[in-house]
Amino acid sequence: MTPEAADVLAAAPDARARYVREFEASAGNGAGQTPAWLRAVREGAIARFAEVGFPTMRQEEWRFTSVRPIADTVFRRADEPVPSGALATAMAPYLLCEADRHRAVFVNGHFVAALSSLAGLPEGVTVGNLAAALGGEADVVQQHLARYARPAAGPFSALNAAFLLDGAFVFVPEGVDVEEPVQVLFLSSPSREPIVSHPRTLVVVERGARASIVESYAGVGEGVYWTNAVTEVVVGDGARADCYRVQRESGTAYHVATTHTHQGRDSVVWFHLVALGAALARHDIVSVLDGSGGLCTLNGLYLLGGQQHADHHTTIDHAQPHCESHEYFNGVLDGQSHGVFNGRIIVRPGAQRTDAKQTNNNLVLSGEARADSQPQLEIYADDVRCTHGATLGPLDERALFYLRSRGMSADAARSLLSYGFGAEILGRMDIAPLRAQLDRLVRARLQRESRRENVP
Amino acid sequence: MLEIRNLHAGVGGTEILRGIDLTVRTGEVHAIMGPNGSGKSTLAQVLAGHPTFTVTEGSVLYEGRDLLGMDPEERAQQGLFLAFQYPVEIRGVTNAYFLRSALNAIRKHRGEDELDPVDFLGVLDEKLKVIGWDDSLMNRPVNDGFSGGEKKRNEILQMAVLEPKLAILDETDSGLDIDALKTVAHAVNTLRAPTNATVVVTHYQRLLNYITPDYVHVLTGGRIEKSGGKELAWELEARGYDWVAAGAVIA
Repeated sequence: MTPEAADVLAAAPDARARYVREFEASAGNGAGQTPAWLRAVREGAIARFAEVGFPTMRQEEWRFTSVRPIADTVFRRADEPVPSGALATAMAPYLLCEADRHRAVFVNGHFVAALSSLAGLPEGVTVGNLAAALGGEADVVQQHLARYARPAAGPFSALNAAFLLDGAFVFVPEGVDVEEPVQVLFLSSPSREPIVSHPRTLVVVERGARASIVESYAGVGEGVYWTNAVTEVVVGDGARADCYRVQRESGTAYHVATTHTHQGRDSVVWFHLVALGAALARHDIVSVLDGSGGLCTLNGLYLLGGQQHADHHTTIDHAQPHCESHEYFNGVLDGQSHGVFNGRIIVRPGAQRTDAKQTNNNLVLSGEARADSQPQLEIYADDVRCTHGATLGPLDERALFYLRSRGMSADAARSLLSYGFGAEILGRMDIAPLRAQLDRLVRARLQRESRRENVP
Repeated sequence: MLEIRNLHAGVGGTEILRGIDLTVRTGEVHAIMGPNGSGKSTLAQVLAGHPTFTVTEGSVLYEGRDLLGMDPEERAQQGLFLAFQYPVEIRGVTNAYFLRSALNAIRKHRGEDELDPVDFLGVLDEKLKVIGWDDSLMNRPVNDGFSGGEKKRNEILQMAVLEPKLAILDETDSGLDIDALKTVAHAVNTLRAPTNATVVVTHYQRLLNYITPDYVHVLTGGRIEKSGGKELAWELEARGYDWVAAGAVIA
């Protein structure tokens, strides 16, 4: 049976019904404290999911990625964790030392105040959790939450909204510059049963404000879990957001996510992402340039080995004229891994003088690894510049000989060339301690891959 | 230092080198000249161990050892250096990091301690002076977006950092303007020592106005047809390569 056929069989109606039943069973809980508008969002979202269910590989958007392992697994939403020394130790490798002051930590989807640090924030700035913000900053939350990454956009964002309990909230008011990076860490710590969390993040950077946000996903232990995350980043006129996203889920994890950035006039967004973990990962990135003069850069790296599968679907939506977008995605694929990149660029009618560039370079280190890359340009304006380019292939033999002719062993040369694919992306990052941390991870990973090649 | 005897080599059954004999001793500078397609670059790449070429006959001894039996990296570790005619771009790896990795690979082989980034900067600063560069290209990826002249100078920088015993410059002069040519020649002359040797592969006599060779060899059709002193280069400049080919037939 082909993977596609197997996948379609898995479009199990009972999986869909299971989530609907679970929603109904839990709808009564806490309904009293939930504002009516949010209840409406949730109900709309589960209705949408009940309609569409899990996607299959017959759908164009999912043709390279089967979510059957997710649909087939019965996940439980984890209880609130008890903060412990063990958790504090477990999260340490994922923290940035310099970001320690502004840190919101979530375990299995629940905010853990004891592990977080919200000290020293500039006046008017909030870093914390959505559930609390629904009390104090309900207006801001209501104005933005689920307005950009709409639950109707896909089955996974629908599920996230339906089961939306908590998540991170970062609010930077007009004109404020948050100098230190804000870190949001979502840690999963499964026990024997498979667990799921639906973390939600809302970042609002108002007009003329500026902030750097580091969003990390990681897992502890060997258990199976699924993270179904949605992040919305709203950037006002003349504002700047530097977003970093590090996906280091455990090797037995499933990671599905949507990141939606929405930019005003003359705003700047840098979105850096590194995906290292998870058995199966799918990340949809939608960047809307909704004011003229906006600049958006997506700078991504995926490093896969073993049987890992990672699918990145990006959409850059040039809704207004005079905007610029740059997209750099590099992949390094070893073992039997599969990397998918789909880069869609939409230039709306009237979005003249758009300048959009996209590159996707894949280094395929093993004969059994596979890369798929497809650009998707939809241009409805005539005075635009859009370029795209993709490469797929093994290490460049000329480069390999060049390095060996300088005294490096074949193994060292292979490691260095692979590292270069990662370093090219990491080199664009501004937060030095994060860059150094990722540099060490990438180097260790690629050296391990090249050593393993020698083992028969 | 280098003894090439009856060397035959080619690509996929096509013979390019057809019996090269050449001896290079320490302290010497040899120029290998010849028309396009004569096999000059093939000779340079065979000596460096390029996997594209197959040696079908003959031998090469380097410091008394069988050079052809060594991997490219071992040749480099033993002090052989090839300045590439077409230097390769290395994505994402900065020049400084690349140079340090190469130097450390060679130091490790010699049983010396590896240099950390700070110690290496000291070495690099000194070598940059030799080629008249500041450090502005050191944090850029290797050869990425470099001009033709910058790439060639970058080869000479690598040579300065790695301090080879035998340096082979493969058409390092091609595509250089006169100032860059003088800089490259000055660097080569500065690095020249009684303990090392240089083989300059070139199409034109121009570079030899600045690097004075002890011997000039003319390569045509995969063989060295004529050898002589530096005056041979001037004669070639005046009479052209056809003169050698014709002379060979008559002799």
